[in-house]
Amino acid sequence: MTAKASGTEPTEHYARVNICARLQQVSKLFGSFAALRQVTVDLEPGRCYVLLGENGAGKSTLLRILAGLLRPSYGKVRVFGDSGPQQERARIGYMSHAPMLYDELTAQENLRYFASLYPGRNCLAPADALRQVGLDPELKRPFGQYSQGMRQRTSLARVLVPSPELLLLDEPFSNMDVESARQMVELLARFRQSDRTIVLTTHQRDLAAPIADWVLTLRAGCVASFEPGRPTL
Amino acid sequence: MTRALWTHLSKDLRIEWRSLDAMISMLFFSGLVVVLFSIAFDPRGEFSQQISGGVLCVATMFASVSALNQAWAREIRHQVMDAQRMVPAPGAELFLAKAIANFLFVTIVQVILAPFFFVFYNLHIAGNAWLLALVLPLGTWALVGNGVFFAALSMSSRNRELLLSLILFPIFIPALLAMVQSTTAIFTGDSDPMLWIKMLVGYDIIFTTASLLLFDTIFHAE
Repeated sequence: MTAKASGTEPTEHYARVNICARLQQVSKLFGSFAALRQVTVDLEPGRCYVLLGENGAGKSTLLRILAGLLRPSYGKVRVFGDSGPQQERARIGYMSHAPMLYDELTAQENLRYFASLYPGRNCLAPADALRQVGLDPELKRPFGQYSQGMRQRTSLARVLVPSPELLLLDEPFSNMDVESARQMVELLARFRQSDRTIVLTTHQRDLAAPIADWVLTLRAGCVASFEPGRPTL
Repeated sequence: MTRALWTHLSKDLRIEWRSLDAMISMLFFSGLVVVLFSIAFDPRGEFSQQISGGVLCVATMFASVSALNQAWAREIRHQVMDAQRMVPAPGAELFLAKAIANFLFVTIVQVILAPFFFVFYNLHIAGNAWLLALVLPLGTWALVGNGVFFAALSMSSRNRELLLSLILFPIFIPALLAMVQSTTAIFTGDSDPMLWIKMLVGYDIIFTTASLLLFDTIFHAE
């Protein structure tokens, strides 16, 4: 199935619109199981794409392919022009279900560690990133002792530190109370206004609705629908 | 030393300093091997000179494997490895930092263990004692370099701990042989250990180079 951000023909569309990422006929097989089937999607800069779908629909696989952590079995993935995601990983931020941080270090130590692995990149100061997600940067507790919600916020801060141009968030609102999730949505809205692209998966459609420029629904690895959202932020 | 290498290394050292997981398990394990061998064999006279090189190497090997099994545990937990794959720094530096960190941990354990070892086996070094300062680091690097590499290779396997031993031990045999022969030669003073030491140097160069060249491939494997 094919999904594009407008109804025009592909060639005309690509010429007119600056594309942040493009998946062309992407399929991903795990053994004989097809997690994604011929997915074609164009992502424009400065937009927020919300991926919906049941468990096992292929949302996380799609994000991991965009992040360059998985290679498609068939089809092409291009980001920021004609590069593969592996070549542009400094410009991509990926937040998974798991926090992807070290339990033994404090939040600030974790962020400082990852920031120093992005040489030449204009990284956010770890303390500022933590403040942005509503955490106290002076917290001395190791990350392993944080609550689930705090872990989720720290994980988002880690992704924000290298100022990525394409932000991939896998269920960022899970384990968060409604108020914290709203704050996160406001933060993402500010992030999107600086012409950066957000792709997020969620089961809580209402929470993501205020920033959803496009809503893409996956069903059994196929694009079931690709509709414009009604963003309010 | 590049900045990324130092960043990875200081992170590993800081985490180990806080938890002491690897150090404590290695100390107990190697201490146990030394004591058990001293009970199993009569640690007196010439015989102890003959076997002590082998005991020292085997104690180091088993102790290291207990730490190497956990070398990537913190990266597996919470999918930190995915975050590592996303950074633009080369994977080889992550490997090298991990190998250096584990090398330091094993070396510290050897330094702590050494006095007990000499007491338990009633050792008198007949050869050039200073050569031990060459043999032990070379042998330890051979073990740790390969161990960190193969631990990364078996990371996605369900039986990763068993797999590491199955891959590592056969590949480590030439280095083990060189390490045992050279330490025995140093303890007894019967022969010249230089040939074995050269073999260890060659082994280290070949396997470290191969690991550095191949690590990115296994690091970015799905």
